[in-house]
Amino acid sequence: MAVVEASAPISAATRRDSLLKRVKDSRTAWLYILPAGLVMLVITLLPQLYQVWMSFTDYRINHLRFVLFKPDTWERFAPTFVGLENYVKIVTNDLAIQNYDVWRLLLFNVTWTVVNVIFHVGLGVLIALALNNKELIGKRLYRALFVLPWAVPGYITALTWRNMYDYRFGAFNLLLAEVNSVLGTNLPTDTRWLELTNPPIGGPLSFLPLAFYAVLLANVWLGWPFMMVVATGALQSIPGELYEAASIDGASGWQKLWTITVPLIRPAMVPAIMLGTILTFNQFNVIYFISEGGPFGRTEILITQAFKLVYEQRLYGVAAAFSIVVFFVLLIITLLQNRVTRATEAYYA
Amino acid sequence: MHRKRNEILKQIGLHVFLILILLLVMFPILWIFSLAVDPRNIDKPLELTLIPPGASLAAFRRVLLEPWQLLCRNPNDPSSCMTFLLLLKNSLIVALGTSLIAVLLGASAAYAFSRFNFIGRQAGMMGFIVLLMLPASATLAPLFVLLSQIRIGDESLRLTLVGLMLAYGSGTLPLAIWNLKGYFDTVPKELEEAARIDGASMAQTFLRIILPLSVPAIAVTILFAFMSGWTEFILAWTFLENPERFTLAMALRSMQGQFATPWSDFAAMSILMSIPIVLLFFALQRYLVSGLTVGGVKG
Repeated sequence: MAVVEASAPISAATRRDSLLKRVKDSRTAWLYILPAGLVMLVITLLPQLYQVWMSFTDYRINHLRFVLFKPDTWERFAPTFVGLENYVKIVTNDLAIQNYDVWRLLLFNVTWTVVNVIFHVGLGVLIALALNNKELIGKRLYRALFVLPWAVPGYITALTWRNMYDYRFGAFNLLLAEVNSVLGTNLPTDTRWLELTNPPIGGPLSFLPLAFYAVLLANVWLGWPFMMVVATGALQSIPGELYEAASIDGASGWQKLWTITVPLIRPAMVPAIMLGTILTFNQFNVIYFISEGGPFGRTEILITQAFKLVYEQRLYGVAAAFSIVVFFVLLIITLLQNRVTRATEAYYA
Repeated sequence: MHRKRNEILKQIGLHVFLILILLLVMFPILWIFSLAVDPRNIDKPLELTLIPPGASLAAFRRVLLEPWQLLCRNPNDPSSCMTFLLLLKNSLIVALGTSLIAVLLGASAAYAFSRFNFIGRQAGMMGFIVLLMLPASATLAPLFVLLSQIRIGDESLRLTLVGLMLAYGSGTLPLAIWNLKGYFDTVPKELEEAARIDGASMAQTFLRIILPLSVPAIAVTILFAFMSGWTEFILAWTFLENPERFTLAMALRSMQGQFATPWSDFAAMSILMSIPIVLLFFALQRYLVSGLTVGGVKG
């Protein structure tokens, strides 16, 4: 919202009055925000600021006794300030963890996010379009059942998929055995989905082990219903007359899709895609519980690595620095996305 | 005639496509059901069957009725162990409390962001996105210390269900405010102006006009907040000490043994835990499409 744009000269008195009104408005507004602001300040913001401070120290498990409001704990338990050491260690791969390589982590995390979001949005919009047909029977039943992957708690989903990828008794290998016995084919039934190290697709994609495709499948299963719901809402708000008019002008289905549907669902999809990008980038449950980052850390993402730093290595300072790095990577991605979508917006306008 | 046949073919094609998707969606869910009714309590079925031989609901009965031997105040006394109903009670308290915090505090703040042109408005909205991007991996330790310092009565906030509610509520607030603000923006200002002329106060127009017109967005907020309170276990597992306060999500986590997991029990528990969320989704489904306004955001 623009703040008083001076297209005509405004007298000092009116300007002062409008400023006064704004200050008064601000007071009322802040009163409405106060309860939420207070809770978020204490529960979310303070620990986050603390995390920033921790990232510049050598915080380890023995420093957990350090309490800011208790001066008697300062001398004995305060961690030492180490400046940027944690950050330097992170980017120079100088951490005593197995299979740690920050650039591989970054490359994998970005690939993971991009591929996932493309599938989520593609499938979500495609299925929303299929369900947007007026004469379709059973539309509501389909819609209800299709949100199931979203409705089942993520932790349960993740452990179920892990169980399904079991190489001896998991659902996938049993399914392949079933196919073999019915069709007489000879598909392998003992694939170690999460442990194989040679990549199924070579060339530039050879950094992705089979486990990547396994966790990808699980996360696509999990993620598309959200995009379907957003796309459904957007599709329902497009007036039918637009399509009728286009039909009269002789537009093909394909043309209608690109000139009416896509531009009109864009405003709703763009923020959903941004949110989806943030959530996928930090998709903890799927990676941590299905592939556990394996084989040899090749499906590890930044957030699971940070979690392991806390829970397995107890390196709080390094983990804090890791979180800050994740934040900046996400910030850059969001800003880039914002630029790209703004640019295309101007193109459509 | 030709046109009609085309239409029928198109419908058949759509159904084939949608049924295929449905099969893919249902496959993992049916797999869980199959494990839950398997009498052998193992993760090693030798063939793919929807209803395994000797299928029974024993796992459901065990989970629902027997005391949880791993969650007891006194390990030698089965009567001090948690039961499904007690766990359910705690889960409901936490999930409903989280929803209440998200809706009450979220709607109030979102109203300010939607209707006032105040100092710090832009920065505030940006701040919420920043909070969404900041991962909380290392904040568990400071939050632990912080909540331990705040005392309610004779114990610290960290050990209580209220502490959990506040933590989860705070986590859901950025998205709740963002979404509610987007929805409030779509309610025409003229409605409020008319009410103001009739002498209604700012607070009255908020409570009597905006809120009733924003049921879809409020429903979505409740859904998300309930879900986060219902399923979270990492924070709860770190903060709570008294088993009498443990939740269903924590009980489910406790079943994941280091060496062996009773898979039928785990699957049965998973299904029982998913049912309320799925029912809530179905109940709020018609609001889900219109109330999710992450799309409706304007600066």
